Amino acid sequence: MTRLTEIWVYLSASPLLHLALTLVAYLIGDWLYRRANHHALLHPVLLAVVMLVTALTLSGTDYSTYFEGAQFVHFLLGPATVALAVPLYLNLARVKRLWLPLAAGLVAGALTAIVSSVAIAWALGASDPTLLALAPKSVTAPVAMGITEKLGGPPSLTAILVVSTGILGAVLGPWALDMLKVRDAATRGFAIGTASHGIGTARAFQESETAGAFAGLAMGLNTLATSLLLPLLVQLFGTL
Amino acid sequence: MINALAILLVFQLMGEFLSHFLRLPIPGPVVGMALLFVALSVSSALTERLRETAQTILQHLSLLFVPAGVGVMLHAQRVLDEWLAISVALVASTLLTIAVTAFTIRTVAHWMGVRNNEDRA
Repeated sequence: MTRLTEIWVYLSASPLLHLALTLVAYLIGDWLYRRANHHALLHPVLLAVVMLVTALTLSGTDYSTYFEGAQFVHFLLGPATVALAVPLYLNLARVKRLWLPLAAGLVAGALTAIVSSVAIAWALGASDPTLLALAPKSVTAPVAMGITEKLGGPPSLTAILVVSTGILGAVLGPWALDMLKVRDAATRGFAIGTASHGIGTARAFQESETAGAFAGLAMGLNTLATSLLLPLLVQLFGTL
Repeated sequence: MINALAILLVFQLMGEFLSHFLRLPIPGPVVGMALLFVALSVSSALTERLRETAQTILQHLSLLFVPAGVGVMLHAQRVLDEWLAISVALVASTLLTIAVTAFTIRTVAHWMGVRNNEDRA
């Protein structure tokens, strides 16, 4: 028993355990999601987060210990963002033809994401740190965290709101676009990517390569649009 | 695979460098994406070299968000206290953003006379 305890103490302090747990939790989540025919509420990220939070809480592990292992996965967000250039380049012809509608959609979407989330949460009595963390919620996690930090909000809260937005966009996006009778793959992908960054982009890739490429384009461009628009809006309205 | 990963990391590195050096409000990986896009339009060999690895990474893009999502542990109290405002804001704003973006693209494309419904999802 003491030997087992010793091994546990050793393993729980090394990055290996939490890195392995992160991958296994995601694979289980992904497997369940497929088994359930891509059922909306069984999004693999949501399942993995629930499993991991439960395991960490039960074992009394804090987030910073967990993150020492999980950081290797988190780090790959950077190269993955760079890799978005590839599907983007492969869809260059369609991007060129649609550049003005896409640019208009991007600005309208980025503004809607910022203004509507802050306005609704403010009307329902959310606190200032929450509002600052909500504002960049449609932008991919590392960028959104940077924006919130610059505005003086809590970046780790932003990370959760970003992930939740991604899951919501992935779950509700295709359904909402069906209801609105939007069928064009490029438009669908671009709308999902603008609202819900990488998690939405992953969902759009399941619809088609084209939808995925345009979602990736929107995700990349919205990081630019929100990084530029949000500080301007804050100046315009004083403090959020 | 290693080759492709090295290329991606070098472009990210250049992006980070430029972002800091020029004090851009744009994060490094996004600048790296723009640089790689330019490089791809110059060299078709580079596109072939990266294609498979990029596809593999992007197919599992949502995995990369799991560590950030687990961070909900740190904010359980605030999220519980403000759950109504947060959830209504997230759901409504996400739906609004998707609808406004799609409608704007459709309206402007229609207005310009761009045919935009060949390949359907």
